[in-house]
Amino acid sequence: MSAKDISRRSFMKVLGAGAAAGAVASACKRAGLPDEVTNDYSSLAEPQAGQMTYRTNPKTGEKVSLLGYGMMRLPVIGGGSAREVKSEIDQEQVNRLVDYAIEHGVNYFDTSPAYCQGNSETSTGIALHRYPRDKYFVATKLSNFAKTNWSREASLQMYHNSFKRLQVDYIDYYLLHSIGQGGMENLHSRYLDNGMLDFLVEERKAGRIRNLGFSYHGDIEVFDYLLSQHDKYQWDFVQIELNYLDWDFANEINDRNTDARYLYGELQKRNIPSVIMEPLLGGRLSNLPQYLAAELKHREPEKTVASWAFRYAGTPEGVLTVLSGMTYMEHLKDNLLNYSPLQPVTADDEKFLYHIAEEIVNMRNIPCNDCKYCMPCPYGIDIPGIFVHYNKCKNEGTLPTNSANEEYRRLRREYLISVDRTIPTLRQADHCIGCHQCESHCPQNIRIPDELHRIDKFIDNLKRELV
Amino acid sequence: MLKKIRVALALLFFLGVTALFLDYTGAIHLWLGWMAKIQFLPAVLAANVVVIVALVLLTLVFGRVYCSVICPLGVMQDVVAHLHPKKNRYNYHRELRWVRYPIWVLFAVVVVLGVGSAIALLDPYAIYGRIAQNLLQPVWMWAGNLLAKVAEHYDSYAFYSREVWLRSLPTFVVAVVSVVAIGLVAWFGGRTYCNTICPVGTTLSFFSRFSLFKVRFDAEKCRNCSQCTTHCKASCIDHTTHTVDYSRCVSCGNCLNKCKFGALKYSFALGKSKTETKVDESKRAFLAASAMVAGTAVAQEAKKVDGGFAPLLDRVVPERKTPITPPGSISARNMARHCTACQLCVSDCPNNVLRPSTEISTFMQPVMSYERGYCRPECTRCSTVCPTGAIVKIDASQKSSLQIGHAVWEPKNCVVLTDGVTCGNCARHCPTQAITMVNRDPSDESSPMVPAVNEARCIGCGACENLCPARPFPAIHVEGYEEHHSY
Repeated sequence: MSAKDISRRSFMKVLGAGAAAGAVASACKRAGLPDEVTNDYSSLAEPQAGQMTYRTNPKTGEKVSLLGYGMMRLPVIGGGSAREVKSEIDQEQVNRLVDYAIEHGVNYFDTSPAYCQGNSETSTGIALHRYPRDKYFVATKLSNFAKTNWSREASLQMYHNSFKRLQVDYIDYYLLHSIGQGGMENLHSRYLDNGMLDFLVEERKAGRIRNLGFSYHGDIEVFDYLLSQHDKYQWDFVQIELNYLDWDFANEINDRNTDARYLYGELQKRNIPSVIMEPLLGGRLSNLPQYLAAELKHREPEKTVASWAFRYAGTPEGVLTVLSGMTYMEHLKDNLLNYSPLQPVTADDEKFLYHIAEEIVNMRNIPCNDCKYCMPCPYGIDIPGIFVHYNKCKNEGTLPTNSANEEYRRLRREYLISVDRTIPTLRQADHCIGCHQCESHCPQNIRIPDELHRIDKFIDNLKRELV
Repeated sequence: MLKKIRVALALLFFLGVTALFLDYTGAIHLWLGWMAKIQFLPAVLAANVVVIVALVLLTLVFGRVYCSVICPLGVMQDVVAHLHPKKNRYNYHRELRWVRYPIWVLFAVVVVLGVGSAIALLDPYAIYGRIAQNLLQPVWMWAGNLLAKVAEHYDSYAFYSREVWLRSLPTFVVAVVSVVAIGLVAWFGGRTYCNTICPVGTTLSFFSRFSLFKVRFDAEKCRNCSQCTTHCKASCIDHTTHTVDYSRCVSCGNCLNKCKFGALKYSFALGKSKTETKVDESKRAFLAASAMVAGTAVAQEAKKVDGGFAPLLDRVVPERKTPITPPGSISARNMARHCTACQLCVSDCPNNVLRPSTEISTFMQPVMSYERGYCRPECTRCSTVCPTGAIVKIDASQKSSLQIGHAVWEPKNCVVLTDGVTCGNCARHCPTQAITMVNRDPSDESSPMVPAVNEARCIGCGACENLCPARPFPAIHVEGYEEHHSY
C-alpha cells in the first residue's frame, strides 16, 4: 500500500479497520521478508481509495460508482442484519460502513421505505446527511406493496415521507418498486390509475426527482409495456436482475421469469442505463456447492467465488451501477476490491461462467435468494428459511429420497432433526395455508405455496416412512 | 450376600423403570418395557394372569421381595431411608391394622367398581411414575436439549431437542406432594408407607406370611442386642419376643448382616409355623386376591415491509364436550377402569398430544389435545407402553381407521371467512380424506371454499385442529367419542 496516495486520516482508518492485515504485514517485516510481499498481501485484503471504476449517466453526465450500496441488510445492535433480526439498527456501524464506502469512492446509495422492516430510509438519511449533498446520489422507491397503500393519498404520503426520512429536498434516483409483480393489473392499481406515475413525471420536471425509473421483477408484459411508453415517460434508468445465471437461464429455472439477456438488450436498444440488482442472487453465487467453488478457485486461486459474479455484473458497458446489500465491513471491502478498479471478464471467462451456470441449473434448486420480500408471512411461515434449508440439503446430497439407499436411515434422521433445528415448529411448511399472499412479492416468481406444500408432503412421507 | 443381590437387583429395576419414564425416544421401551408390565397393580388391571400368578408365587416362595426389588416406589423409599445418617433409628411397633385393612378394603371396592382416579392415587407404581414424569423427565429433557445444542454446534445429529412443558399443574402438584410426603415418611420411618397404607403391600402380605423362605429367629443364639430391631426399616422385628411380622417384612436382609451371633437366617422351611391358621388365612387371602382379579376381568397481518416474522398467538385448549382418549383405549369407561395414571404414555408421547386429565372423575389419566402437535398416523407408542390394559396394543393400520372422535368446524374462527383468504390446510392434511372443501354458498360457485367434515371417515387425529391457522382458537376442533369404533 502506498501511503502517499491517501490522506493520513484514511490511512490510519484503514490500518485500524484492517488490524489483522497490519499485524500480518509487520510480522512479515520482522521475518525479514522483502517489501513487495507485504505490499502484495495488503492490496489483496485492503481496497485502495481512488481506484473505483465509474460509469456515466448519459442524461446528467454524472459519474456513478460501479459499486452501489444496497441499504437493505443494515447491521443491527447485537449482530445480524435488520432483515432477519427485529432489533434496532446499529447506526454507529452504519455510519462507519458509509464512511468507508464514500472514502473508497462509492456514491450511490439505494434504499426503500420497505427495507429493514421499514427502518432503512431513516438510517440511510442519518448516515448520508453528514456529507455535503453533492457527494452522494440517493435512490429510493415507491414501495406501495400493501393494498392499503395503493390509494393516491397513501402513495403520496409514502413519497413525501421519503424526503423527510432521508433529510433531502431532492431525490437523485426514484423508482417504481418492483413492477411486474401482480402483472398489468397491479401496475394499473399501484401507479397508473391513481395517477402516481404522472405525478412523479411532474415531480421530475420540478427537479425534486432527478432520475425516474423502475425496478422490474416478474411479468414481462409489464416491462414491455413500460418500455413501449418510453417516449412518454422518458425512463432515465431501469433496475434489473443480472448475473451469469440469469443471463440465459432465468426462464429455464422458472418459466415465469425472463432472461437477463433480453432485459438488458431491450434497455440498450433505447440507450437506457441499467442498474443491476442481485449480482450474487442473494448470495447463491457466492455460496456454491464445493465442487463448483473448486472449479472457480482452480481458474483463479486468488479471487473469491463472489468476485466472479461481481466482475460479470459490472462488465457490460450499459451498466450504471451494481447494487450489493452489505452488512459487514468484510462484505464492503471485498466488493470494493472487485471494482477498484473493475477487471472486466473476457469472452473466455464468460464462457466459463455460463458453464458454471449450467451446472447450477442442473441442480434444480428452488431459486430462492433469501431476499425476504415475501416476509413476514401473515400466517407465520419462515418461507426463505424453509427453502434455504431444503436447497442446502439438496446440494449437499443429504436429502433422504431413496429408502433403498443404505444411508437412508441416517439421512432420514438427520434431515428430520435438522428441519426442527432450523425452523421453529409453528413456522414450518405444514402450516402454509396456501393463501398465496406471498407469491406476488417474490422477485424470483417462485410458486411459493406449491413449493412449500411439496416440501411438507416430502417431510410427512418421511415421517410416515412412505419414501 | 443376600442383601447385596437384593440391592443390585433393586437398583437394576429402579433405574430401569426410571429410564422408561425418562426416555422420550422410545428406544428403551423395546428393551425394558416389560419392567412396567410386571408391576402388580397394572398387571391386575390388565388382567394379566401370568404376571399375577408369577408374583403371587414369588411372594409365596421368597416373601415380599416384590416390594424390595420390583416396586420403584419401595426402592425409592429405601434410597431415601438410606441417606439418613443414623441407620439404627427404627423400633419395633405393632401392625396398624385399623389403618391398613380399611384402606385395603376401600381400595378393593374401588378397583372392582373401576373408579380409576381413586386407584391412581394409591398405586405405588403410578405414584412413582408421576414423580418420575413430572420431576425427573424435565431435567432429563433439559440435559438432552443441552446436549442437542452442543451436538448442533459440532454438526452432529446424535441428540435432538424436545419441548419441555408442564402438561398439567394439578398432576404436578400431586407428584410434588407425593414425593415430599412419602419421602418424609421414609426418612423418619422407613417402610411405614408400604406397611400401613400401600394396598399392594397389604395384598402381598396375605401371601408373604406363608412364604417358604423367611427370616427366622434362632432364639438360642440371640443375645437380645436389638441390632436387628433397630435396623429394620419395616419395624417388624421384635427381638424381645424373637418374632418377625412376616406381613410387613419385605425380605430386605438388612437384619441378617447386623446380627453378629448368627441368630437370624433367611431359610427355607415348609409348614413349620402353625399350619391350621395358615390354611385359613391363605384361603381368605387368596379369595380376596382373586376377587380383585375377577373384578377387573369383568371390568374391561398484511405485508408492508420486508422481513421479520408475524407473531403467533399461543393456542388455547378448546373446550371439548367429550374428552379424547388415545387410540387403543377402547372407551372412556375402559380407560377410567384400567388406568393407574402412571404417566408412562404421557412421558412417551412424541407429539406432545397426551397430558393428564384435570377432571375429577378421570383425574391424572391421559387425555389428548392438539395445541402442540397431533396424533400422527405412523405413531402407536402409547399403546405399546401401557402396562395396565387402559390402552391396548394397536398397529398403524388399525389406527388408520380407528375413530376416537370427529372434527367440528367453527365458521366464526375460520380464516377463509375472517381474513378472506383461501386455505384448506385442514383438508390437505387429513390422513383419511374426511375433509373436502366446498362452497360456502352451494348455489354460488365463487363463494369461499370452506371445510366439510365427513364424520363417517374422520378418525379424530387432530391434524386439522393442530394445523389450522386460526389462533388462539382453532376453527376446527375434535370432539372425542366415549366409545371408539372402526369404520
